Amino acid sequence: MQDNKITARNVQVYYGDNQAIKDVNVDIADKTVTAFIGPSGCGKSTFLRCLNRMNDTIDICRVEGDIRIDGEDIYDPKVDPVQLRAKVGMVFQKPNPFPKSIYDNVAYGPKIHGLARNKAELDEIVEKSLRKAALWNEAKDRLAAPGTGLSGGQQQRLCIARAIATSPEVLLMDEPCSALDPIATAQVEELIDELRQSFSVVIVTHSMQQAARVSQKTAFFHLGNLVEYDETDKIFTNPEDPRTESYISGRIG
Amino acid sequence: MTTSLLTTDARTKKRNAAEKRFKAYGLGAICIAMVSLVFLLGSVLSSGLGAFQQTYIALDVQLPEARLDKSGTRDLEVMSKVTTIGYAPILRDALVAQVAALGLTTDLSDKDVGKMISKEAAATVRNRVLANPELVGTTVRFDLLASGRIDGYFKGRVTAESAALDQNTSPEALVLAQELKDAGVIETKFNWNFFVLPDASDQRPEAAGLGVAILGSLYMMAVVLCLALPIGVASSIYLEEFAPRNRWTDLIEVNISNLAAVPSIVFGILGLAIFINFMELNQSSPLVGGLVLTLMTLPTIIISTRAALKSVPPSIRDAALGVGASKMQSVFHHVLPLAAPGILTGTIIGLAQALGETAPLLLIGMVAFVREYPAAYTSESGLFGEAATALPVQVYNWTQRSDPAFFERAFAAVITLLVFLLIMNAVAIYLRRKFERRW
Ligand SMILES: Nc1ncnc2c1ncn2[C@@H]1O[C@H](COP(=O)(O)OP(=O)(O)OP(=O)(O)O)[C@@H](O)[C@H]1O
Ligand SMILES: [Mg+2]
Repeated sequence: MQDNKITARNVQVYYGDNQAIKDVNVDIADKTVTAFIGPSGCGKSTFLRCLNRMNDTIDICRVEGDIRIDGEDIYDPKVDPVQLRAKVGMVFQKPNPFPKSIYDNVAYGPKIHGLARNKAELDEIVEKSLRKAALWNEAKDRLAAPGTGLSGGQQQRLCIARAIATSPEVLLMDEPCSALDPIATAQVEELIDELRQSFSVVIVTHSMQQAARVSQKTAFFHLGNLVEYDETDKIFTNPEDPRTESYISGRIG
Repeated sequence: MTTSLLTTDARTKKRNAAEKRFKAYGLGAICIAMVSLVFLLGSVLSSGLGAFQQTYIALDVQLPEARLDKSGTRDLEVMSKVTTIGYAPILRDALVAQVAALGLTTDLSDKDVGKMISKEAAATVRNRVLANPELVGTTVRFDLLASGRIDGYFKGRVTAESAALDQNTSPEALVLAQELKDAGVIETKFNWNFFVLPDASDQRPEAAGLGVAILGSLYMMAVVLCLALPIGVASSIYLEEFAPRNRWTDLIEVNISNLAAVPSIVFGILGLAIFINFMELNQSSPLVGGLVLTLMTLPTIIISTRAALKSVPPSIRDAALGVGASKMQSVFHHVLPLAAPGILTGTIIGLAQALGETAPLLLIGMVAFVREYPAAYTSESGLFGEAATALPVQVYNWTQRSDPAFFERAFAAVITLLVFLLIMNAVAIYLRRKFERRW
């Protein structure tokens, strides 16, 4: 088994007085796809957002516990969340392209992180990212058109392209395929599989089939608890917890 | 049995009727608003448009050396000893001669004929002569301002009946004026001087202009724009994007909202106490006026900027932070450009408010009678430190004078002010469009 990229210990998350994540322990392996599944409102997005400290932006949100990436505590006061987020990319649940051109959307990250020395390199990054996100063919003739003018599914792929353009080490994807048609979904799943070669991917999904197809490990959340976390095959064929079983067989949710 | 779709049932009828009534109310409200607007504009235009025309008397004036430059040396120092009192009879004689030359007969004494010329005319001629002493001894054609009464006669403000009761004119003078007009000597033409000349004294409304007021207002707008926009936008960005939410920021927020509702005269008292009494800046200066108006405009700009920032969807901030932008980068690269149209609109509304504000300016002495153009900078007064007046204050000032000619000019000043506001709003709309097109 590979090394652990992310280790989370005794993570509690509160929104004001309301506890959204209860005592979660999880080890996320490098170069693996990890799926988070669970009923709506169980805290998948919340936990995902702890991993790149996006929860810092929510005033009432409080995170306790210990989360380490490559053994370094990401909530250490010395850690600059900006640096962390360059390393841990994120695709959000709702597509949120910048109201700028398609090109600028993808080029923004590399620009602010100084990943390209000149225009040609930047062009190359943009093309590579758009190709990986299966958007190149649709977008190559309209790179100057606004990203907000794309369809919902195209926007989501644009956000994926934007996230991978900064070459993160970990990619967090919150239901990246919820707005995609089966063809684009297949392309994104292919992309996820490819990304696994170089980074570790954490994906939240409501589709059991998708979790089964793309992930090697699956975590099942329920009411803020991590109920079960194991090899994907095991979760789907032989879950230990009765709640997991009823969820994947469609009895709770 | 199901009901047919071809007949409307009772519930639908009721709903449709309610909808119709609501539309009618709305339409009614808009009609009332439009009628009041038309009425307002109509009354302003009908009272004020006259002042954009001015009556002039075209005269060939002999400039006799014997009276204007006895020494014959064309020495300015000597020549300037002849005051306007020395010039007035020359102009009077020229008009009397013109009347005689045209073969017009009148019962008026020469003195009364002279009264048809504005008191300002002598000063105009004197300035021309002092600027070019070679004119002495020649005959020069001047367009001289007619007196306010004659001007008023051609605009319908003065009639034979009112002239009969007036010391400054008489029905005979009006008859003569009409004859002169028919002869082409008197002419009414567009009054550029209205926008150029400074204010004039009570006896010569025909010479009063908005020049100093317009310049004063522009200076003040410059001060307000340079101070209120950067301070307002910076503080809004800080409050909206960076400040922690706690009791202090809540307190500040409440106070800013309250400040926006504070009557403007209170800002005037504040300005009087701080800028004039404590900091000892010049009274009546556009600098002090601008500072007071800045204080007044800041809350407006802050409130509208914060609203514009709030209306930027949080997902954009998340997106920027998600690719590793810093807070500052997310604000300046993404949030601010999206909020710019709102900020601009708020700023221009604030400026427009400031442009029309009168009360606080009265308190800091901007109502003074100013005949001299204020310099933008002198070493004694500093930047914008020379006394000036402002458009709305000039309106107020003119409505306080007794001569109805000033009343007409006050309305003309109102029209000018409205035109400025229209221009500002047009600029706001243009900028909005321009910035919005980018998305
Ligand atoms: N910004 C917030 N403020 C307050 N409570 C929040 C906030 N975001 C989430 N919560 C609460 O935290 C809990 C977990 O929410 P979360 O968004 O993590 O669920 P989720 O598992 O991602 O659901 P879904 O599958 O519908 O996206 C919910 O009960 C929600 O009400
Ligand atoms: Mg979610």
